[in-house]
Amino acid sequence: MSEIVLEGRNIVRDYHVGGSLFAKAKVVHAVKDVSFTLEKGKTLAIVGESGCGKSTLGRILTLIDPQTSGELLIDGKPINIAKDRITPEMRRKVQIIFQNPYGSLNPRQKIGEVLGEPLLLNTNKTAAERRELAMQMLVKVGLGPEHYNRYPHMFSGGQRQRIAIARALMLSPSLLVLDEPVSALDLSVQAQVLNLLADLQDEFDLTYVFISHDLSVVRYIADEVMVMYYGEVVEYGTREEVFSNPQHSYTKTLFAATPKSDVESIRARLARKKAAA
Amino acid sequence: MALLEIKNLSVGFDTSTGQFMAVQGIDLSVDAREVLAIVGESGSGKSVAMLAVMGLLPKAATVTADSMIFDGHDMLTMSGKQRREIIGRDVAMIFQEPMASLNPCFTVGFQLEEVLRFHMKMDRPTRRKRAIELFKQVGIPAPEERLNSFPHQMSGGQCQRVMIAIAIACNPKLLIADEPTTALDVTIQKQILDLLVSLQAKHGMGLIMITHDMGVVAETADRVIVQYKGRKMEEADVLSLFEAPKSPYTRALLSALPENATGDRLSTVADFMKNEAASAGVAP
Repeated sequence: MSEIVLEGRNIVRDYHVGGSLFAKAKVVHAVKDVSFTLEKGKTLAIVGESGCGKSTLGRILTLIDPQTSGELLIDGKPINIAKDRITPEMRRKVQIIFQNPYGSLNPRQKIGEVLGEPLLLNTNKTAAERRELAMQMLVKVGLGPEHYNRYPHMFSGGQRQRIAIARALMLSPSLLVLDEPVSALDLSVQAQVLNLLADLQDEFDLTYVFISHDLSVVRYIADEVMVMYYGEVVEYGTREEVFSNPQHSYTKTLFAATPKSDVESIRARLARKKAAA
Repeated sequence: MALLEIKNLSVGFDTSTGQFMAVQGIDLSVDAREVLAIVGESGSGKSVAMLAVMGLLPKAATVTADSMIFDGHDMLTMSGKQRREIIGRDVAMIFQEPMASLNPCFTVGFQLEEVLRFHMKMDRPTRRKRAIELFKQVGIPAPEERLNSFPHQMSGGQCQRVMIAIAIACNPKLLIADEPTTALDVTIQKQILDLLVSLQAKHGMGLIMITHDMGVVAETADRVIVQYKGRKMEEADVLSLFEAPKSPYTRALLSALPENATGDRLSTVADFMKNEAASAGVAP
């Protein structure tokens, strides 16, 4: 059995929604008692509809938000950012890529600076070294050194997502959290970005946590699948287990809602329509 | 006779580097009671073509066509006043971002009743009644209370339902849905698609579905037009398109679907076009 990169034990996250003079404060349980383990080089997909807590969990894993209770272990070491300071080494291990490539890049920052900034903040590399590394990374994600001095508005959505991926990889992390990385992209651009992610995973031996609501993408990329519903994990297993034999009714609903594009389903739909007319 | 018939539509934009042709010579026709899907990547001109029909393009655009006839009206020569009477009443459009297409300063009820006041000249109590009826039709719970909500108080799926209610308020003959479910979750997407198709069947509307999602096409369309870089690549009924796509571009799009992945890599449209060009012996 290979080494375990990420482990969660009974992770809980509550949000206190502030009361006012007349309204009582409420507690929203965004993530309820989530446990999992993830081995090096594997991909865990977290699936669920908006508001089910999958992004909250992603933020906890990326050390952006603290968990309310429960234990988070990265490379076997427990971390709780509410109590301890995070060292630059910890920060380097986990990086995140967000859904909207239009919103996650600073419009006034050149691409070269975008890529150099993580190194500036977390390492002691010189400007020349940073520049060199940024150039190399641009080539790795399928862009070119000529893009170094351009601004984000000069790129298409797919290219911006490549830049976001490049930025996340600058610190050579071992774990990458991908929060709906392809849902804002077109079908064929989506295919390119998924291919890129697969190549990078092989090259750098990366571990992915892939947050998505698109089951066809999950089926393609994931090794393990976790289905969340209202903050709870309702299904957790290998891809084959979950896709061939879904247990929970919510998982079945999700499967039923995914558009089917095989010829038999189209034929069935047209037949139903004819019968109804 | 077709409900909407367009022959040889071209749309160009004046830019600093000369004219950019977003749509080049598209022919298109939709019948009443038909669901037509227009598929293509972003930048393929699918939205622009429909915006040209609605007359919603900016001044920098030049629209030319041999003919553009909707329900016996010539859309090319009609005045702005005539156009405004038809748009919103006989032709309605739903956009991709429901949050962005509703005005955040007014209640959704006000925005729905505005359409009824302008096009149907209804008085206040009739409008209210019709608005509640429409909200029920699109499946918004507690319509009486929800009419007083502002867009930010509703979820994305609910806002899209409000948009659909506004679009079908005057029983349009043609409904144009521009990526109606792209911003939504799969479960909500399913609900919205089912709603659109059932409303289309019930009212006998023509429905044009603009999308880049082959899954959405498979679930809704009767006939499909595939568009690439402003040109029509293929037109076929939905079954023959999925069974035996004729154009190489359509085959490329279908093979980019993750569920059709063979082996480890997804094939992309760029790969496909390259191979296609290599086998034909010409530069792409």
